Amino acid sequence: MLRTTPFHARTAALCASHAWRRWAGYVVASSYELSHSREYHAIRSAAALLDVSPLCKYLVAGRDAACLLDRMVPRDVSRAGIGQVLYTPWCDAAGKVLDDGTIARLDDNVFRVTSAEPSLRWLEANAAGLDVSIEDTSEATAALALQGPSARDILEQACGADLAGLKYFRLTPARIAGHPVTISRTGYTGDLGYEIWLDAADALPVWDALVAAGTPHGITPAGMLALDVARIEAGLMLLDVDYVSARKALVASQTSSPYELDLGWTVNLGKDTFVGRDALAAEAARGPAWRFVGIAVDWDSFERLFAEAGLAPRVPLAAWRTSVPLYAGGGQVGYATSGVWSPLLKQYIALAHVQSRWAAPGTTLEIEVTVEHRRRRAAARVVKKPFFDPERKRA
Amino acid sequence: MRPYDAIVIGGGHNGLVCAAYLARAGRRVLVLERRERVGGAAISDQLFPGFTFTVYSYVVSLLRPEIIRDLELPRHGLHVLPLESTLTPLANGDHLAQWSDHDQNRRALARHSPRDAEAYDEFGRTLHQMARAVKPLLGTVPPDPASLAPGDLASLARLARHFRGIGRGVFHALHKLLTMSAADYLDEWFESEALKGTKSASGIIGMLLGPCSPGTAYVLLHHYMGELDGVFRAWGFAKGGNGSVSAAIASAARARGAEIRTGAPVARVLVKNGRTTGVALESGEEIRAARVVSSADPRRTFLELVGEAHLPGELVEAVRRFRFRGASAKVNLALDALPEFTCLPGRGAHLRGAISISPSVEYLERAYDQAKYGEFSRRPYMDIVIPSMIDPSMAPPGKHVMSIFAQYAPYHLNGGWTDARREALGDAVIDTLAEYAPNLKSIILHRQVVTPADIERDVGLSEGSIFQGELSLQQLFSVRPAPGWSKYRTPVEGLYMCGSGTHPGGGVMGAPGRLAALTVLGERP
Ligand SMILES: Cc1cc2nc3c(=O)[nH]c(=O)nc-3n(C[C@H](O)[C@H](O)[C@H](O)COP(=O)(O)OP(=O)(O)OC[C@H]3O[C@@H](n4cnc5c(N)ncnc54)[C@H](O)[C@@H]3O)c2cc1C
Repeated sequence: MLRTTPFHARTAALCASHAWRRWAGYVVASSYELSHSREYHAIRSAAALLDVSPLCKYLVAGRDAACLLDRMVPRDVSRAGIGQVLYTPWCDAAGKVLDDGTIARLDDNVFRVTSAEPSLRWLEANAAGLDVSIEDTSEATAALALQGPSARDILEQACGADLAGLKYFRLTPARIAGHPVTISRTGYTGDLGYEIWLDAADALPVWDALVAAGTPHGITPAGMLALDVARIEAGLMLLDVDYVSARKALVASQTSSPYELDLGWTVNLGKDTFVGRDALAAEAARGPAWRFVGIAVDWDSFERLFAEAGLAPRVPLAAWRTSVPLYAGGGQVGYATSGVWSPLLKQYIALAHVQSRWAAPGTTLEIEVTVEHRRRRAAARVVKKPFFDPERKRA
Repeated sequence: MRPYDAIVIGGGHNGLVCAAYLARAGRRVLVLERRERVGGAAISDQLFPGFTFTVYSYVVSLLRPEIIRDLELPRHGLHVLPLESTLTPLANGDHLAQWSDHDQNRRALARHSPRDAEAYDEFGRTLHQMARAVKPLLGTVPPDPASLAPGDLASLARLARHFRGIGRGVFHALHKLLTMSAADYLDEWFESEALKGTKSASGIIGMLLGPCSPGTAYVLLHHYMGELDGVFRAWGFAKGGNGSVSAAIASAARARGAEIRTGAPVARVLVKNGRTTGVALESGEEIRAARVVSSADPRRTFLELVGEAHLPGELVEAVRRFRFRGASAKVNLALDALPEFTCLPGRGAHLRGAISISPSVEYLERAYDQAKYGEFSRRPYMDIVIPSMIDPSMAPPGKHVMSIFAQYAPYHLNGGWTDARREALGDAVIDTLAEYAPNLKSIILHRQVVTPADIERDVGLSEGSIFQGELSLQQLFSVRPAPGWSKYRTPVEGLYMCGSGTHPGGGVMGAPGRLAALTVLGERP
């Protein structure tokens, strides 16, 4: 049986579309309304409330907690201050990415790790000989994301505290409706936003308090379809969609290194050791074979393909998650893995893997487009990620 | 300092679009705006502390996608939020609702007429095809059918090819649409009075014509054009109000090097030996440029800024006859709470869409009857949105703003517009709306009433015509603004036009500004 999240009593009542999606063994709303359009716009113009409880969550505590995480991930965990959150991938010994998530330093020796896939075994495997305790808090901890330009105003009112000082990728303890929560300024939308971590038992009163505080600001419960549009605009990749975990790959060509996923900035080769370090050092010297880039489809070329079929252009209003070939110089040079029409940027955008020599921003490629059952090619350009990067995200 | 290549008179959205395209091509451009702010009829204003009014135009439906792309308007802050429903409250306490979701819409319509619910899809498809047939005209400089110049012939030939390609059926449907009244055209499709009333309303926007007047069917199509580019969501509400559309275009123009001066009314276009040499401001300052592009309407441009002495008599005559006849008013409200509609109480999704007071074609025609004889409608047609429901930042948390577009309020009111008549119009609007939302009067914190006379005085639109001249067929395409002068040029060498008074006409569309700029640059669109 699929599980429901601690917010299910509220989300089910709101889910007029009856459209649910699986996420890590749970069901969550795809969209609440009949279309995800307004839920998306709420993320960019007001505030959206998302149930992100299915994320895997672990509490890592003890004298060697930082040491364990430093062994596991390529970022420098011991240098993170209390209240800081790090986004990071982690790799196998071949330097290929297993998963990605966040590490929040709750206290000197206490961390919360989130991941897309269950990671208890991997944490334990790396903890051999260390003085740490690892607890799977996935079920006991509920999580909400409040994302959008009005998120701060709403949250300040709900928790009665000033959040102006809470910087990007920092967290703070707070209380909502009398219940203790942790608020981190993080999210998966590339907008001003927060994630709220709480005891699953307090889920409903916290949800209600946020909705009450948010209603005058236009708070809108949003589902996964809206989130998918926003995360593509933000250039954020998704496990199992944009890359295959090295744990699941059947052949080596399915795996990706952090460099190949445009996550070179997370790899600190100055650290003594971490899983995959040597392989990554060699790859850094050699240069990665692949890059993960943003693609913008050329409108005129796209429109022409449809006009030739006597049609007005049709763009994907919901994100697609398939592999779409990219061509250049007479051959296939890559593949896009997620794409969508950005309602905000008025651009057809996609995330894609391309061979390094075709990865420079401005490079012209062709993307496969199916028009009236026929495979055609539209011009596309490599562009810088994120596609959308408002100042308010960090300000 | 390098002299200006071009001066744009007026910083309405078309003037700004024109300036942005000229600057993008490397020209040194100066925009001179009479008022202290840019935007013209597309502005947002905090007329009451904390409440932002989208004072005149209030929805975006026709803004051209190529302009959004070329000027990268989303990067300059344009964010159009969807408006997904239209509610028509009815006198008997019932309502008609139209929704963007297909199934939901069908169910809502079937309640009134199962036949209409089915015809709706076919109607939509027909209008879609016709809009597709006509759409290329929006991006084309209209050729002069009476001219034998190679450019005109080539352009006519291109259009002829295009129209041959659209197929007989569509061509005939188009012929009907060009000649019929909105009411007659809709009668061929639907039976529900509320649906016909509401649909016909888009045929009369900005016109001193009723839904039964021939020619109004075409205007339906004009307004449908935005739907074609549905993915551009050109149909919606701009976050921050329509002032943010102007602000985004102004920012794009500045980023490309255009200079914008506000509080700089132009008094005269300088003309020497049939050529323009620049402009003189009301302050007496003269600024030189070989090219001047005016976004003011044809009457202002030709009769006030240029002057009859420099123009052929025929053109002067045509401009004098060009019909303005403003017929629309705005009532903007700051509200302490949400209105409660008797037909659909509570804070539902219907309050995030348009609300249309158009219970039947007859209702609209009666409203027009009064205007025909120089009175404002006692029970007007209204198109209402509650911007704060779509973009909560338009009002303080929990409070609201309401934008009411009302017709008919004729510019040529018997006895003329006075403060008292303005408030009487405001009362008629509020009284009528309160019949459907009884709590309205008790929640009004502030009220602004805008008559055609106010629009003329404040925005500079002659006779308060919201589109810089009626969108009637005899004033469109090759004859807008005057026969022989549809191509943004004027008899004065170096003087061009770029406002809504030129092809393809009014609305927050930007097409005239872009096409004029391309003409100045000598490029083919
Ligand atoms: C009440 C109302 C409601 C409307 N609602 C909608 C709507 O919802 N959706 C829609 O698409 N359209 C709507 N319209 C129509 C639309 O707003 C106009 O067609 C459009 O804004 C006109 O733009 P423009 O740039 O051509 O001209 P304008 O906006 O009129 O700009 C002309 C500019 O020139 C300036 N100017 C004039 N003379 C001089 C001078 N001598 N010197 C310097 N500057 C000068 C003026 O101050 C003005 O800023 C509405 C219009 C009105 C009035």
